[in-house]
Formats: sequence, structure tokens, C-alpha cells
Amino acid sequence: MGEFAMGQPVARFEDPRLLRGGGRYIDDLVLPNMAHGYVLRSPHAHAKILSIDTSAAQKLPGVLAVLTGQDWADSTFADLPTATGRKRRDGTPMYRPPFPGLVKDRVRYVGDCVAFVVAKTIAQAMEAAELIEIDYEPLPAITSTADAILPDAPRVWEETPDNIHFVHTEGDKAATDAAFAKAHHIAKQRLVLTRVTAASMETRGAVGDYDAAADRYTIYSPLQRALVFRAELMTTLRVPESKIRVVAGDIGGSFGMKSGVFNEVGIVLLASKIVGRPVKWISTRSDSFLCDAHGRDNVTDVELALDKDGKFLGMRVKTIAAVGSYTQPGSESGPVGNLGTLAGVYTTPAIDVDVTAVFTNTNPMRPYRGNGRPEAAYVVERIIDVAADEMGIDPVELRRRNLIPPEAMPYKTALSFKIDCGEFEKNMDMALVMGDYAGFEARRAAARKRGKLRGIGVSNSIERAAAPGFEGSEIRFDRTGSVTVLSGAVTQGQGHETAFKQIVCDDLGVSPNDVHYLQGDTDQVFFGEGTGGSRTAGIGGSALKMATTKIIDKAKKIASHMMKVDDVECVEGLLTSRSSNRSMTMKEIAKASLDPKNLPVGMEAGLNASAVYTAHVQNYPNGTHVCEVEIDEETGQVELVEYNVVDDVGNVINPLLLKGQIYGGVAQGVGQILMEEIRFDPESGQNLSGSFMDYAMPRAEHFPHITVKSSPVPTQTNLLGVKGAGEAGCVGAMPALANALVDAMSHLGVKHIEMPATPERVWRTMEAAKAARA
Amino acid sequence: MINVTMTVNGREMTGEVEARTLLVQFLRDHLRLTGTHVGCDTTQCGCCIVHVDGKAMKSCTMLAVQAQGKAITTIEGLAAKDGTLHPMQQAFRDNHALQCGYCTPGMVMMGIDIARRLPDADEATIRHQLEGNICRCTGYQGIVEAIKSASAVLNGKQEGGSHA
Ligand code: FES
Ligand code: FES
Repeated sequence: MGEFAMGQPVARFEDPRLLRGGGRYIDDLVLPNMAHGYVLRSPHAHAKILSIDTSAAQKLPGVLAVLTGQDWADSTFADLPTATGRKRRDGTPMYRPPFPGLVKDRVRYVGDCVAFVVAKTIAQAMEAAELIEIDYEPLPAITSTADAILPDAPRVWEETPDNIHFVHTEGDKAATDAAFAKAHHIAKQRLVLTRVTAASMETRGAVGDYDAAADRYTIYSPLQRALVFRAELMTTLRVPESKIRVVAGDIGGSFGMKSGVFNEVGIVLLASKIVGRPVKWISTRSDSFLCDAHGRDNVTDVELALDKDGKFLGMRVKTIAAVGSYTQPGSESGPVGNLGTLAGVYTTPAIDVDVTAVFTNTNPMRPYRGNGRPEAAYVVERIIDVAADEMGIDPVELRRRNLIPPEAMPYKTALSFKIDCGEFEKNMDMALVMGDYAGFEARRAAARKRGKLRGIGVSNSIERAAAPGFEGSEIRFDRTGSVTVLSGAVTQGQGHETAFKQIVCDDLGVSPNDVHYLQGDTDQVFFGEGTGGSRTAGIGGSALKMATTKIIDKAKKIASHMMKVDDVECVEGLLTSRSSNRSMTMKEIAKASLDPKNLPVGMEAGLNASAVYTAHVQNYPNGTHVCEVEIDEETGQVELVEYNVVDDVGNVINPLLLKGQIYGGVAQGVGQILMEEIRFDPESGQNLSGSFMDYAMPRAEHFPHITVKSSPVPTQTNLLGVKGAGEAGCVGAMPALANALVDAMSHLGVKHIEMPATPERVWRTMEAAKAARA
Repeated sequence: MINVTMTVNGREMTGEVEARTLLVQFLRDHLRLTGTHVGCDTTQCGCCIVHVDGKAMKSCTMLAVQAQGKAITTIEGLAAKDGTLHPMQQAFRDNHALQCGYCTPGMVMMGIDIARRLPDADEATIRHQLEGNICRCTGYQGIVEAIKSASAVLNGKQEGGSHA
């Protein structure tokens, strides 16, 4: 097996550059004559703008332009693209609120973009912004998701008096009602999935550069779907896509957040057009809490019906999910796009899901790692533990009684998933051994002697990865036999360069030193959908596999022609003829392919190939998490003490990259359960979590050593047999940790604890349970 | 405007700055050493850590004028001229301690500082020492392992990179 073959722990090729300070993130970009912009944001959650006076700001030295909502409205630009395609309960189409780059007469969340100052320096722009006088008339605001549908809730949009954006149902209501009618036991729980933010360490930013002579726009911005983004941006700029270039550069983390056409992207392009210079906007961290799209945020009521043996008969899920104040294409996917995960890895025959998406005076929502998957896994895995507790059955045993067996594959669940493969009981058993589930009670007793409450939690999860779609790839050999590899995927840290170079080097026998990887530039990459939804290894990897296959086919033909044989085989890039005992390397073929005498008549010169892979069905990564916590009974402080994961992401391209994805995903899931939360003041609608001092981020000391083992069941749904890995860690972590917390406190009578389980909340939960018992 | 002079990665650098110019701004905007990053505005994240006279400092929390006459090392100053990585950089690569790479320069600079001050630091100590550094991508596991293994190399407890 070659050193770059599938499954080898190849150290990342992107690392030496990034480790030496050679990353090229958006704030590192300086263009000649570049001006700087500052967004003046709404300080109100909801208000009318009565007047804006920018005259004093305009006069400040260095100021090049001050743009307001009026300038946006008067420009050639259309508003930003919004979500489509969903309906309200009565079947009428959903309301699609206008989404201008700068608002004119009404602000709808704290952070809404009101004015944009362009100046020679950012300090001048900020100073000028302070001189803009705006007369606001504050209006009542609604920031609570659950309360948004109350009859007297303030209206975010006049057009939707009930604040309901759309309603979505899934599953079989009649069958579920029937299942509940014959239930022996019904477990019920309300679960609040808090609002969190991606908080990538690199904040958002953009440089807009309008070339008047060519009438062409270039946007430099960390964006995880460069080509799709260009198509969306086209509708705002009202020019053909060919007049737009998107350059993503290095992306300092995204997790779904840096994916839509945001206000500031449109604004810097408009500003560049007006001032005739490139214009840069960089979000400060404080700004990012006010202006980034947030994730999760729903309130779910779940019920599980069981027979007397603990067999799941049916499940009902009713969710109110926030969409924020404005929508974007794809923003409807968070509440409804991944409901299939609710069925879990279980045989539950009937499920009824009802989702109401509501407007609130809050930041717009975007996918955030998992995008509905962790939320759904949390719901099903929590209610199983609630049911287990109520029925006095061990939660692992209860899961075991309901698992889909491998022999039932392919298995159609009561929701949308048609699972092609998976060995769920094996995953669970492996994880239980790793986490020594059998020996837990002894650890619990030992902890108790130290004044600690120890709990263990288990989650099984499954999700949809690589939803049907396309990805493009291209391989170009140059004259001397070195290679440029291009992909429509866009890495935000996942390590695509390494995974893709592994495929190219292993298939074509070239040295990684000879391979240049290029992504995220729409003038270079011909086709692609970008990275998101755990799609790139499966779809992008398959696209590259198609391209290497085309290269090999052509190389074989050239080699046969040159060696005058007809038995050329290609093994790891070496083209060999047994009959003649001759061979050529891919590099030699590439060089030869540019000399007409070496080519069969009619063959195009050069060794290049492009490919578009089409995924017709998704794949289903799955796994089990087992974790243990210790709670200090005096202070409510939680310590995560053990963490074990078994994942099935099919074939593994590179175990280093895979584990990195799992660790990172677990960390984000743990962050949400223990500490992170975007919180708004219910009265004023102010965002109370506006910096890293108020928004708690998980740090190194919050984690134990995490052990990850793979139990791969390769999928046939793509050319590599891989399943998505980007979101799995986060999906499994939230329910496993929440279950461990409740387990630690269940002897006190605690049935559930909301996230984030801060020391104060944990302490109050224990005290309330004790008081209720007394 | 104020004249500042400091040694940056072994070379004497001068520049004109405003009194309010931060060290990180001087490094990034004046010297174009963009490997030092900014991840927050409240001294929480550590993306901006450089060495000032050999000690890890958050360059977002220090004025350029405070670095007057001092020796600064940034992430760009660690590798050998021929590109050989510093043992801490090498350990970050070997242990997959970076994903997006944004927190990485600060983590590497902090890692070297930890290895210098606490040569015997165990995993728990390293985790605690990283309380001023946030990484959103890696879950910290590779970072902790990298610092531990590079520390052994740097403190002469183990064979390793050419720099040790
Ligand atoms: S930028 Fe210095 S600590 Fe965050
Ligand atoms: S590697 Fe992305 S923030 Fe640390």
C-alpha cells in the first residue's frame, strides 16, 4: 500500500505554510488604494428610523463616503437573496421579507445594518460613524422563540401578524396517534435548544473591488461555497455570473456560518463602485456577536410512546424554531432539513413531526455544525433516557431493544432516511467497552466519597451526510509533469488539500511536492457547490476520483501508443506493460502528451481532466458516544472526566483528519451543553452576550482526553465508500453529555436540565429537586 | 506620531506609530507580518501571542511604544532559514494540532513559552496553561499533545527536530 493510500495518517500538507504564518486570511489582504469601511449598526432590537443625518460624518477628514439605506435603495443593486419554497399551515406561500444591504426605515434586530462609512483608515471611519445622527422610535421587540407565537407578541413583520414564517410537517400523524393510543407508557419532555454562535476564530470580513473599466466585481471573503455564493450574489448585483469573481482565501473556521450572502458583502461592493477603490470591511469580535448569523434556537416538545417491554411504538415532536429577523437561501434548512435524525438508529414505526418557524427580533440564522442534526439527535436521545428513567429500564438496555439490526439493511425509517448500511449495536457495544460502562457504578460510588456526583451518558446517533448534489474537480498536468488540482469544495480547516493530494498522489504516483492545490476562486475553479453538510469527502472526493480515473485512462492510451503494446496497466501511477517489460511514469506520460508524435491520431494533447460527480443519495454516518461527568454538589461545577467515541464514517481517507473532525465537533457540542449561549434581554431585546467575556467558549481545560475509534461500514453511495465526518462529533456529543448530567443528579429526583448547564443552573436544579423531595 | 525601534525576528525595525497603535497593529499593518492574528477585542483568545524578550505576550494588549527597544519574536521568526520547522511547529504538524490555522500562531508561541517555564508539565497543567488561548476547531487534543511532545524535545528529553 502506498504512503498516501486511503487510511494512511498522512500529516497535513497545508500545515507548514499555516505554521509559519503563511496563511492568507481576509484581514491579511491589502490591495493598492484600499479604503476601509465601518458598519453602523442598530442599537435597538426593533425601531422606526425617523431620520438619519450624515452631514457631519461626511465632512470628517479621510471620509470618502457615507452610505445609508437610501443609497442602497437608489443603487442598481437588488436586495439580498432570501429563503424560498415553504408554506404556512393553511397552504399559502410563506412571507419572504425584503433583505436590503442597509435598512432604510425600520431596524429589526440589534446589529441591523444602518449606515456604512468608507474612509482612508478604519479609525477615521469609526470616528465618522459616531457623528451620524439617527432619530429612532423604539418599538416593542420579541426575542423569545417560544413566545413569538403568543397572540400579543410584537410583530417582527406587519405581513405576518402571528410571526409565523412557515410550517412544516413530516411523518405520519394518523399512524402516530394510533401508536400512542395503545401505549403502555408515554414519556414527555420539553427541550430548549439554545441559540449559539459559530464564533470561528477568524471573524467575518470582505474586500469588495469593482473594476469600472471591465464592469466586473471581485469579492474577497471567507466563504465556504464560493461558486454557489456567486450565483446567489448575481441576483443582488443584477449582472451575469461571469461578471463576478469570488475569492475565498484561507478561511479561519466557518462551521456553516460563513456561507450566505451577507449585508456586508453587498455593501463593500456598492461602496467600491461608489468610491472607485477597493473597500475592506472586517468584523471585530464584539461586532461578530451582533452581526453574525446564529445557530440552533428551537423549543421542542417531544413524546415517546412505548409498550410494556420498552419497544418504541411512536414519537411525536412539536417544534417552534427561530429564523431570526431576515432569511437567506438555505436558512430554512436548519429547522426542517435534518429531521430524519429524529428517528435515530431505532425501529420506531410511527413518527409525527410538526415544525413552526418563527420570526423574532434577532440575528438571522445560518447552519451551524450539524444544522438540525445535533438538535434532532438531542431530542431522540434525551427522550429515550427520560423514558428509561421513568420505566426503570437501563438506558443502554432500552436502546438495545429498539436498535435497527444490520440484517434489516437497507432500512427505511419512519421519517425520511433510507439507511443503506450501519452496525449500530456493534458501535454501541464497542463504545461501552471503551467507556467501561459495566464498571461505572464503582466509579460513581468512589466519586461520591470525594463529594462528587458522577454520571454516565450514552448517545447513538445517525445523520444524513452529503445530500444529493454535485461537486467538480479538475487535474491539470503542466509541461514538466507537475500538477494543479482544483476542487469546487472549499476547506475551512478540514484539510481538503491533504485528503485530495492523497487521492491524486496515490492514484497517479506523483509526489505531493509536485502537486499544487487550488480552491475557492471562481475564476479558476469551473464548477462546484462548496463545502457544507459533511459532503466533501464523499462528493468532492468522488469527483476527484473520477478525474484521476480519466487521467489514467488517457495515460494508458498514450503509453500503449508509445510502447506499441496493448496490455498497459496502471498501478499507483506507474504504467506498465507486462509483455514488453516496459513502464512509464505518469510524469513522463504528461511530458510526452504535449508532443504530437506521441499521441494516437485524433487524441487531444495534454494530460488534463475535469469531472463532475453527482451524488443521487446521501450517506449515513453514525456512532456512539459515552461520556462521564462529575458534579461538585456544593458548587454545581461540572467536570467532564471521560469521553469515548465510536464512529462509523465508512472508509477513512486519513485517520488524523477524521479524529480532528470528531474532537472539534465534540468540543462544540460540549460547549453548547455546558456554557455557550446567545442571550437577549427579554425587555429591551439587547444581545447580552456580546464578547468572549459574556459568551463562554470551551477551553483546553474543559476537556479530558477524548478517545475515538472507528468501526467502518463502507457505503456504496459514492466512489470512495466514505461517509461524512464533519458534523458527527457535534451530533453525538450534545445528547451524550446531557444524559450524563441528568444521570449524575437523577438520584436527587432530577429529570432534566436545560443547556447551558452552568454551575449556577446545575446547583439550582439540584436544590429544586431536593426541595421538591423534602 | 512616535518613532519606535524594536528587534523583530532578529532584525532591527523602526516605524512611526500613533500613541494608541497596538503592537499587533504595528506587526501586521506596518511590518506586514500577518502571521500574528487578531481573534478578539477583549484579550481572551490568544491568537495574537508573540514573544517579547522571550516571554509570551498578547500583542493586542500592548502598545507598540511599550515594545520600544525590546526583542520580539513572531511566528514568522521560528523556522530555520532553510524552512526547517521549529520543534514546536513540527509537533503541531505531527499531532494534527491545527485545522483552520487561525489560532495556531498564538498557540505555537504559547506552547514554546509553556515548554520553557514548565518543562515537566503534564497534560492537565498544559490544559490549564492554555486558559488564555481559544481554538474553535481542534477540541484542543492535538494542541495539548503537540506541546507535550515538543516540550520533551526542547528540554532535551527526547530526540527530535534539528532546532533542539
Ligand atoms: S486578539 Fe489578543 S487576545 Fe484575542
Ligand atoms: S485551528 Fe481553527 S481556531 Fe484553532
